[in-house]
Amino acid sequence: MIDKRIASCAEAVADVFDGATVMIGGFGEAGSPIELIHALIDQGARDLTVVNNNTGSGEVGLAALIKAERVARMICSYPRTTNSTVFPVLYRAGKTQLELVPQGTLAERIRAGGAGIPAFYTPTSVGTPLAEGKEHRTFDGREYVLEHGLTADFAFIKGRVADRYGNVVYNKTARNFAPIMATAGKRTVVQVAEIVEPGGLDPEAVVTPGIFVQGVVHVPHPAHESELVARGESYP
Amino acid sequence: MSTEATGWSREEMARRVALDIPDGSYVNLGIGIPELVARYVPEGRELVYHTENGLLGMGPSPEEGGGEPELINAGKKRVTALPGAAYFHHADSFTMIRGGHLDLCVLGALQVAGNGDLANWSVGGPDAIPAVGGAMDLVAGVKAIYVVTQHVTKNGDPKLVEACTFPLTGRGIVDRVYTDLAVVDVTAEGFRLVELAPGVDEAYVRERTGAPLLPIREPQPQP
Repeated sequence: MIDKRIASCAEAVADVFDGATVMIGGFGEAGSPIELIHALIDQGARDLTVVNNNTGSGEVGLAALIKAERVARMICSYPRTTNSTVFPVLYRAGKTQLELVPQGTLAERIRAGGAGIPAFYTPTSVGTPLAEGKEHRTFDGREYVLEHGLTADFAFIKGRVADRYGNVVYNKTARNFAPIMATAGKRTVVQVAEIVEPGGLDPEAVVTPGIFVQGVVHVPHPAHESELVARGESYP
Repeated sequence: MSTEATGWSREEMARRVALDIPDGSYVNLGIGIPELVARYVPEGRELVYHTENGLLGMGPSPEEGGGEPELINAGKKRVTALPGAAYFHHADSFTMIRGGHLDLCVLGALQVAGNGDLANWSVGGPDAIPAVGGAMDLVAGVKAIYVVTQHVTKNGDPKLVEACTFPLTGRGIVDRVYTDLAVVDVTAEGFRLVELAPGVDEAYVRERTGAPLLPIREPQPQP
């Protein structure tokens, strides 16, 4: 029998080790798996390399993980969102390194990593400081830079509904990086608000097929970052 | 310098951009004033607005206090989805962007040079937090690039310059610039004035432009 359900977020993150690379879904607050991130803070793994588009906001979720000094390196495209106050302090203090990646290159590196493609050429960033030191090559008269695929030891993402096979559908723009991170994580865990019986999802509408998912956690009423920040909450 | 002219407000700049978008276009909207463009679709046209975080068919922002936290735009602000909208993941979103499927991109700027170079992601310097987002992908892949920005910085420095001093987003990629004072094309000969905002004269714009500015092209007589 295939049953990927996991009883709790704590159990879902229990195997994360010091120095692991962790992909965390979300674009801003949309799709941020806050409950899994908070469980990771409780779990205590350190020196993490975290892949996310941003660096969180306020002192909850991803920002709280960074504030707890668990993140040695961020791979992201935009660490300067409103209320992103934690990251600049640790970055300037040299406690969290930054690998800045153009957003589309970040997405394609994750997609490539999940698809077994080690590297690819892209026109993005040619002629800018972000292309410096990278291999360049010309195809049909246009210049491109070589970028490497990206995989992770763990991927933690948020969906709306899943079944025990790990088939997932998402909610609106909360989908963002989750489907590609699911493919690139060696162990992908999705937190969902609802779990249905196999057959409860229309196969034509499944966005992430269960083969890319190793764990499903039920979080019936997920928190929203902006609401926690507005209430002045911090974690832990 | 002459006394302060008013020019276009942020909303008027956004509306002015929308007026130039042809019927049926797929258009990416960036962060800042470009977000406001989603409010405007000229009468009789159908435009599809794209936001890089996974939505085609983006509508204007919801009523104050409305909307939902998982329906947002590139600036992380709440938006709406219009009938006919589609959601998709990031690799698909940037396939649209980098693959040349979008007709137009409207984005902000720190500096634009007369040769079409754009700087809009970092002021450089050791203490700056660089943040690039999707800008480099957009300028590499979208068919036409429109910049919408104030004509000068808060300190009064020109944003239209001979050569960008901030780190580049892309080389030679800007087609047109909309500011609070004017509409300016980037041509093979450099900046060319296209239109002045109401109450703004050419000398006023020239004083606030850090590069040569060709005059408005006179209409050619029909043969």
